[in-house]
Amino acid sequence: MSYRDSRQAIVEKNKGLRDKQTTLEEAVTMVQDGDHVAVGGLQYTRTPVGALWEIIRQKRQNLTIYKPLMSFEGDWLFVSGVMGKAVTSWFSGGVTWGVSKIMRTFAENDPSTFDELSLLGLSLRLKAGAMGIPCIPTKSMLGSDLEKTAGLKRFTCPYSGEELLLVPAVNPDVAIIHSQVADKYGNGQIFGPPCLDIESAKAANKVILTTEQIVDNEHIRDTPNSTNIPFFCVDAVVELPFGCYPHECYGRYEPAYEKLGEYGQGLLEATDKIGFVKEYLEKYFYQPENFEEYLSLFGVKSLLETTRLGRIWKP
Amino acid sequence: MSSYTPAELCVIMGSRALKDGQIVFAGAGLPLLSAIHAQKMHAPGLAILFEVGGVAPRIGSLPRSTNEARSVRRSMATPATVDMMLYLQRGFVDVGFLGGAQIDRHGNINSSVVGPLEKPKVRLPGSGGANDIASSANRVFIISYHEKRRFVEKVDFVTSPGFLDGGQAREETGLLGGGVERVITNLGILKFDSQTRSMTLVAVHPGVTQQEVHEKTGFELPVSDALEETTPPSEEELTALRGLDPERKYLKEGDF
Repeated sequence: MSYRDSRQAIVEKNKGLRDKQTTLEEAVTMVQDGDHVAVGGLQYTRTPVGALWEIIRQKRQNLTIYKPLMSFEGDWLFVSGVMGKAVTSWFSGGVTWGVSKIMRTFAENDPSTFDELSLLGLSLRLKAGAMGIPCIPTKSMLGSDLEKTAGLKRFTCPYSGEELLLVPAVNPDVAIIHSQVADKYGNGQIFGPPCLDIESAKAANKVILTTEQIVDNEHIRDTPNSTNIPFFCVDAVVELPFGCYPHECYGRYEPAYEKLGEYGQGLLEATDKIGFVKEYLEKYFYQPENFEEYLSLFGVKSLLETTRLGRIWKP
Repeated sequence: MSSYTPAELCVIMGSRALKDGQIVFAGAGLPLLSAIHAQKMHAPGLAILFEVGGVAPRIGSLPRSTNEARSVRRSMATPATVDMMLYLQRGFVDVGFLGGAQIDRHGNINSSVVGPLEKPKVRLPGSGGANDIASSANRVFIISYHEKRRFVEKVDFVTSPGFLDGGQAREETGLLGGGVERVITNLGILKFDSQTRSMTLVAVHPGVTQQEVHEKTGFELPVSDALEETTPPSEEELTALRGLDPERKYLKEGDF
């Protein structure tokens, strides 16, 4: 979608104060095949796993996914056919489980499935989108091969004469974000690092907000400087406790390392990597009746343990 | 002389190179251990930044990635990722630590791809924040295991710029940060010639010969006229370090 069309989408959408609560199934229908989708969080932190889980179940195809750093969810999105292209600064299983063999399979067969930018580069694409401008200058990536492979244009500052790169804005069709707290209107309060979620919420044409806990609007009014996503950015609100599991939600629960490890180690050891992920998707994504059933596959013990370790902050 | 692993040696050399009062970008693993070790030993006013959005955290259990609540525990602020990375561009970050699959003569780092990008031999995870650190940190320290396949004449892909083609190339391209100040390996310390900007061996660790360094470097490596031998890690340094990683997740024997 062009820069002007994206602005027009915001001009025309219903931004009013209204109850936007809905079900996960319904919210995710906002994402259409081929859409550009910004996914919140960063590596293991505050990834909206629940919303991705539902997108995978609904079998969306050929999405372009923007995520600052991509972890195992990238494997799931690739193998399920949901993601046609990853736009990210880093794509890996993580420190303990090494480079993602799934990413390697896809990106080595077809390099166009993985567009790499530096973390600031990707951040600024969303920042420019959020600012309502078509591009933004930076000093990062100058002289590197990323400058060439990302097709970035040089620009000389007309005031200072400084050499800069221009990073193009991105206005995703949809942003998917998970917050600790939100009200029914979509006022979202993210605690701990907001990652790129505030930029994504402003840059995207539509926003799906899943949240650990729906609170009364009076609570939001009592704590307005904690509201980092105002209601007019948001189109759907879904209460989804443990909506980042097995990733973490700051202050609520830690990543479920043991469960991530079962996947990570399992993938390392599997001879048929794609087959392994397909089986994982079948068991954890397609088979469960609902998100509660998905969580119950990991067990109460893990939910309690990650909660005990993750309780840094209390609402 | 007490014994220590290559990882312990590098972490302590990294720690010694840090100064009190510095603002440091340090990823999980050895760089983070260097930064925390420096705080404990000699730099209580050193502050660590993490790209996920942590300012001066009080690290408890070692995080398994740079990007989780453990790495922002008791932070003084939790800014957005875009702001964390812009602190680099603005000049707030004194030292950034980097590593990579390939490092070349001019300190350029490849963490993107082995072979050509259009037809990769191995696709690697990519830059993350590394390019931004290399572009704009006031100085960069590289920590790397020293082996021939890592220290190459020319990287296949410049993910993170060092001195590019050497000489004034880095300045001419418009980059702001100071570039790589030192490369810390398990064999020695390497710095860059002020004119050619080529990697030069300036110190070897105790028991390491120049010959061994040459054998494990994939390009012809100049040696400084004033080549030094580093002081081995002290008992005090090692005890402090081992207390930080009791499970020896990062400090174990062998390469890293």
